[in-house]
Amino acid sequence: MSTTMNDTFLDDNANIPEQAVGAPFSDDAKIAIRDVSVAYADKKAVHEVDLDIGRNEVIAMIGPSGCGKSTFLRCLNRMNDTIDVCRVTGSIKMDDIEINDGKLDVVPLRARVGMVFQKPNPFPKSIYDNVAYGPRIHGLANRRSELDDIVETSLRRAGLWNEVKDRLDQPGTSLSGGQQQRLCIARTIAVSPEVILMDEPCSALDPIATAKIEELISELSNNITIVIVTHSMQQAARVSSRTAYFHMGRLIEVNPTQQVFTNPDHQLTEAYITGRFG
Amino acid sequence: MNKFDPQRTSALVEASLKRRYRAEARFKLYGVTSIGIALLALVVLFTDIISTGIGAFRQTYIQLDVHYDAEVLGISDARNEKQLMIANVDGVVKAAMRARFPEVSSRGDRRALYSLVSVGATFDLQDELKQQPDLLGQHKTYWLLADDDIDSYFKSVQAGESYAGRVSEKQIEWVDALRDSGDIKTRFNRRFFTSGDSAEPEMAGILGALVGSLLTLAVTLILSFPIGVAAAVYLEEYAPRNRLTDFIEVNINNLAAVPSVIFGLLGLAIFLNMFGMPRSIPLVGGLVLTLMTLPTIIISSRAAIKAVPPSIREAALGMGASKMQMIIHHVLPLAMPGMLTGAIIGMAQALGETAPLLMIGMVAFIVDVPGGVTDPSTVLPVQIFLWADSPERAFTERTSAAIMVLLGFLISMNALAVWLRRRLERRW
Amino acid sequence: MSASVLIVCMGLMLLAAFTLGRGRSLSVRGEQRLNSLPYFYGMLTVMWSALPGVAMLGLWLIFDDNVIEYVAMQYLPADMRSVDDGERSLILNQIYNLAYDQGATLAPDYMVSAAQAVNRMESHSRWLMSVVVLSSMAIGAGLMWLRISPALKARERLEKWFRTGLQLCSMIAILTTIGILLSVLFESLRFFRQVPVTEFLFGLDWSPQGAFHADQASSGMRFGAIPLFAGTLMIAAIALVIAVPTGLMSAIYLSEYAPSKLRATVKPLIEILAGVPTVVYGFFAALTVAPFIRDLATSMGLDQWVAVSSESALAAGLVMGIMIIPFVSSLADDVINAVPQSLRDGSLGLGATQSETIKQVVIPAALPGIVGGVLLAASRAIGETMIVVMAAGLAANLTANPLDSVTTVTVQIVTLLVGDQEFDSPKTLAAFALGLMLFLVTLALNYLALHVVRKYREQYE
Repeated sequence: MSTTMNDTFLDDNANIPEQAVGAPFSDDAKIAIRDVSVAYADKKAVHEVDLDIGRNEVIAMIGPSGCGKSTFLRCLNRMNDTIDVCRVTGSIKMDDIEINDGKLDVVPLRARVGMVFQKPNPFPKSIYDNVAYGPRIHGLANRRSELDDIVETSLRRAGLWNEVKDRLDQPGTSLSGGQQQRLCIARTIAVSPEVILMDEPCSALDPIATAKIEELISELSNNITIVIVTHSMQQAARVSSRTAYFHMGRLIEVNPTQQVFTNPDHQLTEAYITGRFG
Repeated sequence: MNKFDPQRTSALVEASLKRRYRAEARFKLYGVTSIGIALLALVVLFTDIISTGIGAFRQTYIQLDVHYDAEVLGISDARNEKQLMIANVDGVVKAAMRARFPEVSSRGDRRALYSLVSVGATFDLQDELKQQPDLLGQHKTYWLLADDDIDSYFKSVQAGESYAGRVSEKQIEWVDALRDSGDIKTRFNRRFFTSGDSAEPEMAGILGALVGSLLTLAVTLILSFPIGVAAAVYLEEYAPRNRLTDFIEVNINNLAAVPSVIFGLLGLAIFLNMFGMPRSIPLVGGLVLTLMTLPTIIISSRAAIKAVPPSIREAALGMGASKMQMIIHHVLPLAMPGMLTGAIIGMAQALGETAPLLMIGMVAFIVDVPGGVTDPSTVLPVQIFLWADSPERAFTERTSAAIMVLLGFLISMNALAVWLRRRLERRW
Repeated sequence: MSASVLIVCMGLMLLAAFTLGRGRSLSVRGEQRLNSLPYFYGMLTVMWSALPGVAMLGLWLIFDDNVIEYVAMQYLPADMRSVDDGERSLILNQIYNLAYDQGATLAPDYMVSAAQAVNRMESHSRWLMSVVVLSSMAIGAGLMWLRISPALKARERLEKWFRTGLQLCSMIAILTTIGILLSVLFESLRFFRQVPVTEFLFGLDWSPQGAFHADQASSGMRFGAIPLFAGTLMIAAIALVIAVPTGLMSAIYLSEYAPSKLRATVKPLIEILAGVPTVVYGFFAALTVAPFIRDLATSMGLDQWVAVSSESALAAGLVMGIMIIPFVSSLADDVINAVPQSLRDGSLGLGATQSETIKQVVIPAALPGIVGGVLLAASRAIGETMIVVMAAGLAANLTANPLDSVTTVTVQIVTLLVGDQEFDSPKTLAAFALGLMLFLVTLALNYLALHVVRKYREQYE
């Protein structure tokens, strides 16, 4: 990649469209995002994004690092609240309920919109307690047997049950990286969320572990909406039905994944997927 | 019922919210309460000290017409040192009191009357006569130092508080008479800052203890700063990763948490008994405090050295500087503000330390202001301890005042450290 | 020669050494290239001058008393020379008193001549010391001067000395520990020769101020330290009960809830509490808190059931607790901030409230560090001296009543050692035995705490 190329694409604002090209909107939107911007103190990280996320679809967000895709993702379950200087403006509606509203209670929201993070972050507790954590705090199980049931089912759905069923009382941190990440997914699905946000879930994992997680994503997408931010274009191609391309805090293009990778509408997208910068 | 139905989850979550937010509010309340307790303790402590101590900065004086009567004094020449030594200045003061209250006649009443004025007044007049021998035979009006009980009584009258103490009815009458004629008043208590300890509260000052503290701190600083920095440089720049280095580090970390009284035992056994050094001197106090503050200084100096970017070391070595040159020319100057900050904090710690100094005999009653590190002396915190133990009411006031002075020093030292740290932050 | 003159002379000597060494390197250079800069030759000469000088000075100061005493003893009749240590020091005291002209009445002739010898030697000693020190400096510098040659690797040698000097400074930490251990150990062993260890460790009666008798069994002294240990533990426990929850919750609130402005104001305010000297807390406890607690207890009528004293364990423990709050809170703050944000995110992302996240994720994750901090706080509470000296009292009561006066290990150490001491009396030695106990207990606590904290730090690094 040459510097001149890079400069041309990064500096030429004329290339950046007012609104994302392609098909950003959907008839059956689970989450409708309108005019969303995010700023850290006085630095704007995400600029006026309009996007619909369809019910039970897997949508991938790609783009060069620092393009704002992770920041955008964290708006969807208000995780940006944890950062003092972060300000989110615009409207994010899930099933016609405004999410980006200071008065909205984030606790039930986050129970509905779960999140899996870049680095596996199991709690320093046993495997069982990691998965049981969500159901316990939300009061989802009244009896021990119910809780056992939830833990087992979640671990099965995360494809981890057979590997850990004999050592549920061992610390979650004793698992391998891939297992830890699947544990975090199991932990998330134990509270039966409607949407799962995944922030580069495989970036710390080896290819075999990655394949397992991708398989898991496909299975979960039967009844859960999944928004996945990824660094890997191949991964986006493998798991998602639609792909959104972010560039310097702006949403450039949204299209069916197949189309984005074979025949993108925008030249920046094309430049990115053909590896001219990244 | 399907446990993985999102709607069931939503319903259950909603149902749990009220209870959970109550728990949240309770938890936050614990936090606020804890901070409240800590801040309340701070406020109570400071108001208590200040309200008891503020009075000590003023002192009651009584105005009297003094006649330097050669007959009463029993001397003929005030220029003669020897005569002056034995002069009955006390008699002059008593005569002045009798002249002021001529109606007092019985012996017991007279004794009570004389005790209105402190013995310190006698010393002051003796000095005055020494300075101006021509006063012999003359009259002059002075504001004389009042006794501590009269001082306490008069201050409580001024403040409009009730007083229960060792002042008799008669004495109260006399003080009221003095007050009516404007012959009793409080003035700034200069003596508190210019004299050493005394058995008489009205004459006691903190200068001796303050000088003792400064001498002790000087010894501590001169020894602990170079040694601490040297040790830190060795551990950061030279020390190989081996058992010995580990052992040194464990020792430093542990010594930082050893109770200070143990260092006192060390000083007593090693410096006093083994080396036969004298008791109560700032030199030994400084040695003990050096050993005590070394860990603090080493730990903070190491942090300061660590904060110097490795690129600067590489640049110096790349120019062909030797390791010693690299350290002396580059690392030490850059780490200096951080190391000074650590040293100041260590000194503040040493300034407030009491227990180890008790062990090496710095609790003696010492009137003279020490002139060097081998003169017997006490230090400010020990002076506070001694005064706190004294039964006289007036000493309580002075204890609090001494505490205010000590805290003033400590707060300025810490402020200096904070200022230095800010400057340090600006550089990187 | 007075001390300041000697110091000035030594300084001049070093300056001369530098100039000579530097000049020598330039004059022997000839056509050859010097291995190092002339400056290094000068500094090397200074080194070789300073080392023997300082060494001689130190040795002289340490041993001159012994030599003088040895010579003085030679003037005494033979039977007086072979007495035990106690009598020997008595005799020496008499000689010194004579020499300094204090109470010079009716002394035997041999004592007078011994005193005269002491006087002579003391006046000579200073002069002789100056001569020895300065000449050893000159010899050192001269030897180095002779060895200077262009091939001498002056810089390398100086660097080695530099490194060795630094290393010696860092060894002082080890020497201090050894010094502490030896000083308390030796005197403790002497104590345990007079009082059985079992009586000390398990005895219930502590009264060291009994009438002084050579025969320990018949005197009133008792050295059962259990009441002291109990008092220490009670006060430390009261302090920790106050300081640990308060300090921990303040740290949690400040690092997890408080807006940064509030944190920036409140944190330094709380830290002021840590900077207040313990003697000030002691005064506060004795003057304000203890009478307040006594009056409160009396007004509640508690004095009808239990002893209510004006010096109480509760007052000392309460004030000590306040003193330890900032200590606990800053340690807790450190460990809480070391918990990775990703764990908090994981919990919040599941919909946990902030307090649930703190209670169930952050605190369990930080637990080893918090435990380490509590152990350090316990070590401080046990070793704290001034507050208890001023507010807890001297009576060795074995009681569980916090309103009564109790005494602690540190109080007894101070009480037994302040004032005149006789180094053979078990009363004085007992203080060192208590010091040994205190040192061992705090050492164990510190070591354990530092170990736990280090392991915890490694976990998240």
